[in-house]
Amino acid sequence: MIRIEAVSHEFGEDDDRVSALAEVSLTIGDAEFVAVVGPSGCGKSTLLRLIAGLIRPSSGRILLGERLISAPTPDVGLVFQSPTLLPWANVLDNVLFPLRMLKELSAEKIERARELLELAGLAGFEQRMPDELSGGMQQRVAICRGLIRNPAVLLMDEPFAALDALTREDMGQQLLELWSAHPKAILFVTHSVPEAVMLADRVVVMSPRPGRIVDIVNVRLERPRSMEMEADREFQSCTRRIREHIYGGRRLANAARNRAKVA
Amino acid sequence: MLRAIARRWRNGREVFAPVAVLLALLLAWQLTVDWFAVPVYLLPSPTRIVGAVWAVAGEVTAHAGATLLTIFAGFLLSIVTALPLAALLTLSATARAAIYPLLVLSQSIPKVALAPILVLVLGTNILPRIMVTFLVAFFPLVIATAAGLSATPRELIELGRSLQATRLKELFRIRLPFAIPFVFSGLKMAITFSVIGAVVGEFVAADRGLGYLMTSSLAFFNTPLGYGAIVILSLLAIVLFQTIVVLESVLFPWSARMRT
Repeated sequence: MIRIEAVSHEFGEDDDRVSALAEVSLTIGDAEFVAVVGPSGCGKSTLLRLIAGLIRPSSGRILLGERLISAPTPDVGLVFQSPTLLPWANVLDNVLFPLRMLKELSAEKIERARELLELAGLAGFEQRMPDELSGGMQQRVAICRGLIRNPAVLLMDEPFAALDALTREDMGQQLLELWSAHPKAILFVTHSVPEAVMLADRVVVMSPRPGRIVDIVNVRLERPRSMEMEADREFQSCTRRIREHIYGGRRLANAARNRAKVA
Repeated sequence: MLRAIARRWRNGREVFAPVAVLLALLLAWQLTVDWFAVPVYLLPSPTRIVGAVWAVAGEVTAHAGATLLTIFAGFLLSIVTALPLAALLTLSATARAAIYPLLVLSQSIPKVALAPILVLVLGTNILPRIMVTFLVAFFPLVIATAAGLSATPRELIELGRSLQATRLKELFRIRLPFAIPFVFSGLKMAITFSVIGAVVGEFVAADRGLGYLMTSSLAFFNTPLGYGAIVILSLLAIVLFQTIVVLESVLFPWSARMRT
């Protein structure tokens, strides 16, 4: 379980201070899939980096289980927008990279890496080099790398944003399969409202500058999820509610400006 | 049948076309010199050049060996200096602030002009030649390596930090392998510059080497041998450059693939 308690974060010094996150509180359950959506500059990526311990919050605290996160921790899996695989290592060695860095490699772990790759539809590609794979396959390798230490939490920063729309949908379904085989807390940052609703149990909606939680939408779609559910009333009402938060303010502002012009 | 020939022509075109042009140019050179009876000390024909080299083949080989030794020594010296320096520039912001501007500034010094001074300081032996070679080869290698070491994606560095990598581990396990394609670009420049450096060193002070062979031959109006030295130097440069290309594709095929 992750507990984010009244976390604020500011960049820069003195007069140039920019508030990236303001008073964010959120609890994510052990096997819960939480998506974060919001416009650019709402501090989504900052939130992930804070949880990974890569940066320290200006105030507030983050607990992973009972432990306070105060330094970079290997107990969260990281998946980024670009696969960032090691170009010199084959697929299997890329997945094993975290274990090598932490000197945790064992025959058993190699077996686990093979199982993960098989689950991700990459059986037979273990010896291939990253530049021989498509973007979607590279990102699946990156997800396996994020899962290899079986972390309690997987942090995903717009993992499918660089993929084409069809691959993206397919990857979402594959991620859900992986997740149901290895349940864990997932915090999934995305720009795509339908993607967030399709994948997550709860969708956290954030506002920009400073990033605040505007709403948390519970998605009451049954699991396993499928693409057909996009037609469901629940799916529609969730996406509508999220979009209202994101675009609603702007629409109101535009309406006010137009009225002012007329007057 | 015709189509097969056409295809083979297209495939071979990239190799044969430039070779054909080269042969045509050599032939034109040969015929022009012969027909207009150009004095041999002004412009020797290709056959005269080959003949002149062939006549003293053993001697030419010894000169080439001497130049090769200078090139290798200067090239290796630039590698063992450039790589640690590039690492230092990447790891320490203070070192970067202190050294980098001076490094760039030092490039405005015409290093070739330093050769006579180096001879004065180091004596008339192989050392000043190695130093000139080192001075011209070293800079592109430092810059390319430093660029490579800082080109590592931020996410990969963050992944390393989350995996408890120390700065040294980050350098050796992430940054350095990531920089390999950049290092090889630098090495290719460095080896080409090394050839130039070695020859310039030999121009100034040497009693052997292809640069010396060139100046001494021309001083005695043995123009064909002077030309021969240039031809051999060019071949040497091509072979050395291609050796690096082959080394990269054998040792780091992924790096070579990133170029295509």
